[in-house]
Amino acid sequence: MKAVTWRGVNEIGVEDVPEPTILNEHDIIVEVGLSATCGSDLHLVGGYIPAMRAGDVLGHEFMGTVAEIGAGVRKHHVGDRVVVVSFTSCGQCWYCKQGLWSLCDNGNPNPGITEALWGQAIGGCYGYSHALGGYAGSHAAFIRVPYADQGAFTIPDGVSDERALFASDAAPTGWTGAHQAGVGPGDVVAVWGAGGVGQMAARAALLMGADRVVVIDRFDNRLEQVRTHIGAETLDYEDVDVAAELREMSGGRGPDVCIEAVGMEAHTPGAQHVYDQVKQQMRLQTDRPAAVRDAIYACRKGGTVFTLGVFAGLVDKFPLGAVMNKGLTLRGAQQHGHRYIPEILERMSRDEVTTEHLATHVMSIDEGPKGYQMFKDKEDGCVRAVFRPAS
Amino acid sequence: MISTGENAVRAGGSLLRRVRSALDPLTTLPAHRGQADSGWLAVTILCEPQDIDRDNLPEPLAELGDRIEARVHAAAGDKGTELRVRLRESSPGPAPGRFSGTDSQSDLRSALRRAKQLIEVGEVLKVDPTPHGERASTPGGLLLEAWTRTAPKAGLR
Ligand SMILES: NC(=O)c1ccc[n+]([C@@H]2O[C@H](COP(=O)([O-])OP(=O)(O)OC[C@H]3O[C@@H](n4cnc5c(N)ncnc54)[C@H](O)[C@@H]3O)[C@@H](O)[C@H]2O)c1
Ligand SMILES: [Zn+2]
Ligand SMILES: [Zn+2]
Repeated sequence: MKAVTWRGVNEIGVEDVPEPTILNEHDIIVEVGLSATCGSDLHLVGGYIPAMRAGDVLGHEFMGTVAEIGAGVRKHHVGDRVVVVSFTSCGQCWYCKQGLWSLCDNGNPNPGITEALWGQAIGGCYGYSHALGGYAGSHAAFIRVPYADQGAFTIPDGVSDERALFASDAAPTGWTGAHQAGVGPGDVVAVWGAGGVGQMAARAALLMGADRVVVIDRFDNRLEQVRTHIGAETLDYEDVDVAAELREMSGGRGPDVCIEAVGMEAHTPGAQHVYDQVKQQMRLQTDRPAAVRDAIYACRKGGTVFTLGVFAGLVDKFPLGAVMNKGLTLRGAQQHGHRYIPEILERMSRDEVTTEHLATHVMSIDEGPKGYQMFKDKEDGCVRAVFRPAS
Repeated sequence: MISTGENAVRAGGSLLRRVRSALDPLTTLPAHRGQADSGWLAVTILCEPQDIDRDNLPEPLAELGDRIEARVHAAAGDKGTELRVRLRESSPGPAPGRFSGTDSQSDLRSALRRAKQLIEVGEVLKVDPTPHGERASTPGGLLLEAWTRTAPKAGLR
């Protein structure tokens, strides 16, 4: 089958690869209907996340049809239309039982790598390097899904493929941020980044009762999507003083909750960007944390800052003084999607969560390299390039 | 832009080294320092203590027979059961060997993880063979392949 593969830093290929097979009793094979690019992939493409090998199949946000089931699978049948969460989690360990699914003890067959890097191993993720399990990704005709009773969810009849696709990653990631940051009625919430993840975090915050939600970015088309499809306010950080605007919007207090949905390749206008980029290129810091710094400064005293953006290692000029003295709660997580996807699908079927607009460019697997280039350069208003293997 | 997989692997190796040396001064000390003294490796398994029979351990540990000893305790706070195992005859090795899964405890570490999975899930998760495209045989790629092969046995302790 044809697949979109990582060939090297800034080098995406389309290759013929073998079809996957059932390896464990709890596996299913899914015939991929749609598979999206995600901001997390850009960190792999740029070479900032370790442990990618040439030939690795990319993709971790996908939906499709069940093609084959393992002997131990109870919930699914061949032919079911399903959306699959990006993380592979067992559902039986203490972390899974606590609802902290991406922290699963049994989801990553290569735990030694992240244990050395972070002190403990987290769960596995499709198409996301050998550090997160070495699983093949979803930009292909078929994908193997381990722990399928936990990770695959039947899509309600009224929900289109294009909508359900984003119940795999962007939406549950947004839900993870808003919920774990404790967003509730009356809160003012600021979200950095108007990509799929930031938009879904803003939508989640509104549905959790936030009083005001504002999304910060510099791309007009993305901010326009936020106003039209999400129903949140927007700020363009190239036009306004974001910290001042946020103070004004919150009666001088600062937002109660600040959600960062940008990640390790954040952009900043001016000298700080050059400083961060040079240090990152020289490997003196592994991650560029500009939006996290902004969020920490903007947040009200005693508020919560949540990093949904992916970071791999060390950051520089981290304002720990502000965290400590302002009594902030700083949290982060990979998505605990298993916990939120049933609610998201239900809300999708009631049109309370709409996501089709994120799929700005739908194309065939053959166009993989072009899709990644457009997504990376935000060309032609690309918010997410989506591959349809059958086309 | 230079476009080789090797570059990323180098970046990855460098990331690991940076993080480790920033966080853990032990990795920069001589080899005999930084050993876990007791040699016990522990995992917490979500089950009752009586679900683990020390004389009838799950297959991966049972295979190691008399070479290992085991202890079982209830974990505090309803977190399950702590299973500790150690080799009777060999002391734990230094950090670099543990990270690369080449120390004397590497087989035990892997067996303990598999035993936990068997009790919690009923099977051991596999990943190979997994679909992939052409593997370039660059030094970086080969290094990562070797690291991935030993990663199931590698760990912090
Ligand atoms: N925690 C998780 O489980 C999880 C899941 C998916 C994605 N992610 C991460 O979330 C982040 C966003 O993902 P995405 O798919 O939306 O990516 P994306 O690339 O589509 O969007 C990122 C947005 O951030 C904006 N941005 C850059 N610098 C900024 C700054 N200084 N201030 C404000 N905005 C800035 C960009 O203009 C862009 O619109 C990535 O780091 C990704 O890895 C995390
Ligand atoms: Zn993602
Ligand atoms: Zn688990």
